[in-house]
Amino acid sequence: MPPSVDLLALFGHFLLLSLLAIGGAITVVPDMHRVMVGEMGLLSDAQFNASIAIAQASPGPNVLFVAVMGYQAAGLAGAAATLAGIMLPSTTLALAAARWSHARRDWRGVRAFKAGMAPIVIALMFATGWILTAQTPGWRHVLLTVAAAILVWRTRLHLLVMIAVGAIVGGLGWV
Amino acid sequence: MTDETPSLARPSSERELFVVFTLLALQGFGGVLAVAQRVLCEQKRWLTREQFVEVLAFGQVLPGPNVCNVALMVGDRFFGWRGAFAALAGMMTVPLVIVLAITVAYSQYASNAIVAGALKGMGAVAAGLIVGTALKLTSALRVSPMGIPACAVLLVSAFVAVAILRWPLVWVLLGLGTVACLLAWRRLRAGSESAAESG
Repeated sequence: MPPSVDLLALFGHFLLLSLLAIGGAITVVPDMHRVMVGEMGLLSDAQFNASIAIAQASPGPNVLFVAVMGYQAAGLAGAAATLAGIMLPSTTLALAAARWSHARRDWRGVRAFKAGMAPIVIALMFATGWILTAQTPGWRHVLLTVAAAILVWRTRLHLLVMIAVGAIVGGLGWV
Repeated sequence: MTDETPSLARPSSERELFVVFTLLALQGFGGVLAVAQRVLCEQKRWLTREQFVEVLAFGQVLPGPNVCNVALMVGDRFFGWRGAFAALAGMMTVPLVIVLAITVAYSQYASNAIVAGALKGMGAVAAGLIVGTALKLTSALRVSPMGIPACAVLLVSAFVAVAILRWPLVWVLLGLGTVACLLAWRRLRAGSESAAESG
């Protein structure tokens, strides 16, 4: 670990970003870039982009890209600083909010919130799929996405089978 | 009135929560949401589709990773804060070890054409999994007190705002979210109480 890395500052910055990350940690990536690549100079642009790509290709929640950034910047201590920072405030708030709303689940306001947000939540999932697809040009790529969508919707085929087929088809250079 | 449906199952212990969320996270390449819906609603039957969408609504509106918020809330629902911690730890621990191991290995294979192609193919499938799960969850809107036409308009507007116009999520949630909640509030007063519960 380079001795120059200020872990406390890194931890503090991610603590702050945590409560701004509505829609997931990926929404505050521009600010992470500003601090880690710009201000603190801990990562190169290539390392920064690779962190996101690695986490997306790995199993588990995408937020782990934050740990990859911390690791590349300052080893395991860096990973602990960034991941703990991004998770602590948001998980505390989520737990408090879940309890508050569950205790008041019969309230009209809570029921209106759940009913009102349902179509928007589903729209955000469609939007995520759309944005991921639009990033990569080429119709065969789109075909693979559409096929996977229909299979998930209409069949009980195991999700890992679909991911494996995607990896094989991609590895053979067909997408 | 309760939101527990008799036909639903529940986890037997915090340990089971940890194991189920670990296995669930390990199947989630390019996002865990699709797997979470399938495991929690269809395999384990801990939640109905409607309950899943409700939990996800909080997960989306609150800051932080959606699936981690979902894990916390589901764990808390069954075993309080111990359950919340078990579910979240399950979601994060083993995947964290794996992603750091991949980071160490990555530098050696980053330029390999087969690896790059495989990642691209997996990414395409991951996008499809999200879309397919969203298609499946639209069935939860059938019991909405707002009615299907209003849900359809809200869904399409939110999609266009986020996917096509690329408006910041905060504004979409505040703007369309407020409109939607007010509409649901009015419809609930209008006496369609039973419609919200029939699912």
